[in-house]
Amino acid sequence: MHEWALAEAIISSASKIATQEGLKEVIEVKIKVGELQQVEIDILEFALSELKKDIFKNAIFTIETVKAELKCRICGHQWVFSKDKLDVDSAEAIHFVPETAHAYIKCPRCGSPDFEILRGRGVWLESIRGVK
Amino acid sequence: MADPRIGIIDKRLEKVKRVIAVSSGKGGVGKSLIASTLALTLSQKNRSVGLFDVDFTSPSTHIILGIQNVKPKEEKGLIPADAHGIKYVSIINYSGEEALPLRGADVSNALIELFAITRWETLDFLIMDMPPGISDATLDMIRFVKKIEFLVVSTPSQLAFETVKKLLKLLLELKVPLVGVVENMKMKESNFVKTHVEALDVPFLGEIPFDPKVEEAFGNANALVNTVFAKRLTDIALKVFP
Repeated sequence: MHEWALAEAIISSASKIATQEGLKEVIEVKIKVGELQQVEIDILEFALSELKKDIFKNAIFTIETVKAELKCRICGHQWVFSKDKLDVDSAEAIHFVPETAHAYIKCPRCGSPDFEILRGRGVWLESIRGVK
Repeated sequence: MADPRIGIIDKRLEKVKRVIAVSSGKGGVGKSLIASTLALTLSQKNRSVGLFDVDFTSPSTHIILGIQNVKPKEEKGLIPADAHGIKYVSIINYSGEEALPLRGADVSNALIELFAITRWETLDFLIMDMPPGISDATLDMIRFVKKIEFLVVSTPSQLAFETVKKLLKLLLELKVPLVGVVENMKMKESNFVKTHVEALDVPFLGEIPFDPKVEEAFGNANALVNTVFAKRLTDIALKVFP
C-alpha cells in the first residue's frame, strides 16, 4: 500500500494548487504514472477515492500510464523499460525508489548502468480543472 | 504541472521535533560514524530517535551499527525499521549489495521519493547521515526539510577544514540553523579548527580524540558505545541536546 502515500501526496499537492488558483470545487485531476515505478493503478485509484473530500468530493481522477524510456549516456542506445526482465526483489526496490534502477538495469547494448530516464519515472500531477 | 511528492514532505516530518543533518565538506572525516553513534547514544538516553542514511551512493551506517535483515514495513507508505531502538531507513534496503551509481538529479529524485513515502513517527530527533559536500543532496535537504539543522564534522586537517569552511559559509548565507562543529580524530593539541569556527560565529561543540579501537567495534553496537570515541561524543551530545 505504498500507493496510499502517493495518493496522499497527490491530494495534498492538488489541494495547494486549487487554493492558489482560487478553485471552490475541483472537477478533474489528471495524473500521469510512469511504468518504471510499477504503481498498482487499481490501488492508487482506490486510495484516491477514499481520500478525496471537501473540494475534491466530486472530482474525477484520470490516470494515464506512461511508458518508461531509458537512454544510455555512454552509447546513446534508447530502450523501453520492461518489468518482465527483473526478479521480484529488484522490481520491488524500483517500485519504492525508482532510482535503484541504476543498480539493477544495464544498457542492453553496452552494459552501462549510466542511463537517463527520459520519461515514465513516477507519479506526476498533470492538470487540475475546477470551478472558481 | 507539479511533482506531487514535494508538498507532502513537511507532513511526513510533522511528528519529528528536530532534524539533525550530520554533514561535512569532504568524506573520510567520520560523519557516518558520528551520525550512527549519535543516534545510538541519544536512543540509549531514552530519546526517541530516527536515523536516515541519505548518503545514497555510499551508505555505511548499517555496517557501523551492524544492522542486518531489517526492512521498513509497507503500510500506507514506509514505516521505518527498528534497529537497536532506533527507527532506521537506508537506501541499502533497496540497493542491497549492488553499486548504485547516481547522478545529481537521480539523488534528488530518490531523496524526494523516500521523504514523501516514509512515515516517521513521533521522534525527538531524526539524525540524517548526509553525503559530503555542498551538491544536490545538501541543497535539496535545505530546500525541502524546513526544520533541518546542521551538525558539521571536521578533522584537525587544514584540508578537511577548508571544505568545512565553505559548507559553513553556505549555511550561514542561507540562514540554515547550525548546531555547531565537532572536531573528530584529534591527535595532538591545536586550536586551529576551534579558532576558525568561532571566528565565523559558529558554536564549536568539542573535540573527539582519534580512537584506534573504534574500527574493531564496527558492527557491534554494544562495543561501539563503550569506545572512547562514543563516550566523548556522548559528553558532547548531552551538552548540546540536554
